[in-house]
Amino acid sequence: MFFFTIRRILASVLVLLVSSFLVFTLCAASFDPLAQYYRRQPTPPPAFFDNLREQLGLNDNFFIRYWHWLSGVLTGDFGETINGTPVAEQLGGRILVTGRMIVAAVVIAVLLAVVVGVIGAVRQYRASDYALTFLVYILIALPTFWFAALLKEFVAGGVNDLLGSQVLYTIGEETPGLSLYASGWELWSDRLGHLILPTISLAMLSFAAWSRFQRAAMLDVLGSDYMRLARAKGLTYRRTVVKHGLRNALIPLTTVVALGIGTLFGGAVITETVFVWHGMGEYLLKSGIGQNDINVVLGWLLVSAVFVVVFNLIADILYAVLDPRIRLA
Amino acid sequence: MATTQAATDTAGGVLPAVPGSPQSGGGVEREFTVKARSQRQQIIRRFLHNGVGMTGLVIFVLLLIFGFLGPFITGKAYDELNRNAQSVPPGTDGYLMGSDAIGRDLMAGIMTGVQRSLFIVLLFVVIAFPLGLLVGALAGYFGKWVDSLLMRFVDLILTVPLLVVLIVVASNFPGSRTPLGVGVILGLFGWLDLARIVRSQFLSLREKEYVEAAHAMGASNSRIIFKHLIPNTLGSLIVWTTLAAATAITLEAALTYLGFGVNGANQTSLGRLVSDGVQAASTRPWLFYFPGIALLVIVLSINLIGDGIRDAFDPSNRRVRA
Repeated sequence: MFFFTIRRILASVLVLLVSSFLVFTLCAASFDPLAQYYRRQPTPPPAFFDNLREQLGLNDNFFIRYWHWLSGVLTGDFGETINGTPVAEQLGGRILVTGRMIVAAVVIAVLLAVVVGVIGAVRQYRASDYALTFLVYILIALPTFWFAALLKEFVAGGVNDLLGSQVLYTIGEETPGLSLYASGWELWSDRLGHLILPTISLAMLSFAAWSRFQRAAMLDVLGSDYMRLARAKGLTYRRTVVKHGLRNALIPLTTVVALGIGTLFGGAVITETVFVWHGMGEYLLKSGIGQNDINVVLGWLLVSAVFVVVFNLIADILYAVLDPRIRLA
Repeated sequence: MATTQAATDTAGGVLPAVPGSPQSGGGVEREFTVKARSQRQQIIRRFLHNGVGMTGLVIFVLLLIFGFLGPFITGKAYDELNRNAQSVPPGTDGYLMGSDAIGRDLMAGIMTGVQRSLFIVLLFVVIAFPLGLLVGALAGYFGKWVDSLLMRFVDLILTVPLLVVLIVVASNFPGSRTPLGVGVILGLFGWLDLARIVRSQFLSLREKEYVEAAHAMGASNSRIIFKHLIPNTLGSLIVWTTLAAATAITLEAALTYLGFGVNGANQTSLGRLVSDGVQAASTRPWLFYFPGIALLVIVLSINLIGDGIRDAFDPSNRRVRA
């Protein structure tokens, strides 16, 4: 197990290295850091561009530029934005914002997926199974931003009217400026009110696909011989399902969830846009691509790659922990 | 027990079909093709008896009729502006789904949107399918360094969420603001999971005895890949195509919503309509509901078809067959 883990970690580091190179190549080919100056009126003199090129090191060999960037990244320096602020600092803050949204959503989605999947499997072909399956199919087909807008426009208003005060907020991650003077419960309840709708939106859409996996895995397990044996030995049905069935049926889901968290980053881009959160997604769209800022895009892509690779690694290790047969392979 | 029964069933189905077969050729060849046909018939029959898949198919066909024949029936084109019918609610003046701020018929818009979505899906499949099949087949069949090279490349692209790859590429690709551009970009990056699926199937299929036999008889690599391996992965290929088609429609909508998809003047797509509708959700809710529901129904129907096909191809489902 120890060597298995070490081997996987080394492989992941290698993947990240190559991925950083690929990301750099993609960005260097498609972004021009000087683009913002071409559009200036009057056009700056050629000497200005030569100077800037020299300053930014654009005249250097491609590999040297990559090395400069990479060595910076390894020491925590992601370069500067076109406005001159360090990218690393901003990325750090943004990750926390997006993280708040994703963590809650993942926890809810996993719990829902397990419950719905198990109910669907245990009650296969009964009314409750059909109803849940229908619901899940609808959720899978829903466009993320449409569903989020639905929550925002119609659910939020209804709930707030019902409770008589604004509990659910539809825009931003906290009331602007609140963190400057408020703290403790006031700040956190405000943040919670802002968090609920985006979390519901993300959780609903991710749980749907996961619950199908859980249902299929559970069906597989329910038909296995050891379940029959457990029943034959006199265990109650509930006990066999929970202790013998669910434990084994959770194995496939862990992998799917671990891999899905990386993808959630992409889904969060849309959810953040709808709810106007100042997280990673907005950072990429507005500050990165919107401003044609290569360092922002590079930093974003690298962070997202790190997340995917790390969660891949976690998936591999979890799988090996849960299913000892994997380690031998 | 069930397996033996099924096996005799298949054999029973093969024999009477031989004399009537129009493709009767060489001995071995004939038996193979005849068997394949009967299997295909079984799969089609299983699909026809699958309630979920058939529901999806019926809804999908109805949508196609709506999208392609509808404009001829209503007689309204989406680019027709009516100054006297701006933002009318559904049901007034012959605007069954209402109209938008510049007096365009929303229903005509949705019909055009359905057409555009299918165009995008078609382009996407035409580009992504051969790419994914080729990469997956090469990696799975030749293994060793070819496999490592191709699959590590696929892994690398997959370290970035697909939507983000599409955004980065679309933002630097000026032609991407039309359904054509979106379809091409989706196709160029949408084949990665197909490559993985094909590879994993090929890895197990190439070890089968019939591949060894084909080798022994001197069949070339391309013949083995095209005549023996690909037909045996047909099920996964069709299932991937349907499910990926549904994803492509959703991705187009997401890209368009974020401002990197269908966005030009006189450009329409379902994603465009839904995105515009979101802005008008509280003032003119029909612009929000109808396109969203249309998108939901089209994606749902394709997913249902995909599931039906998957069940139909699954040999363990044989007992369900009517």
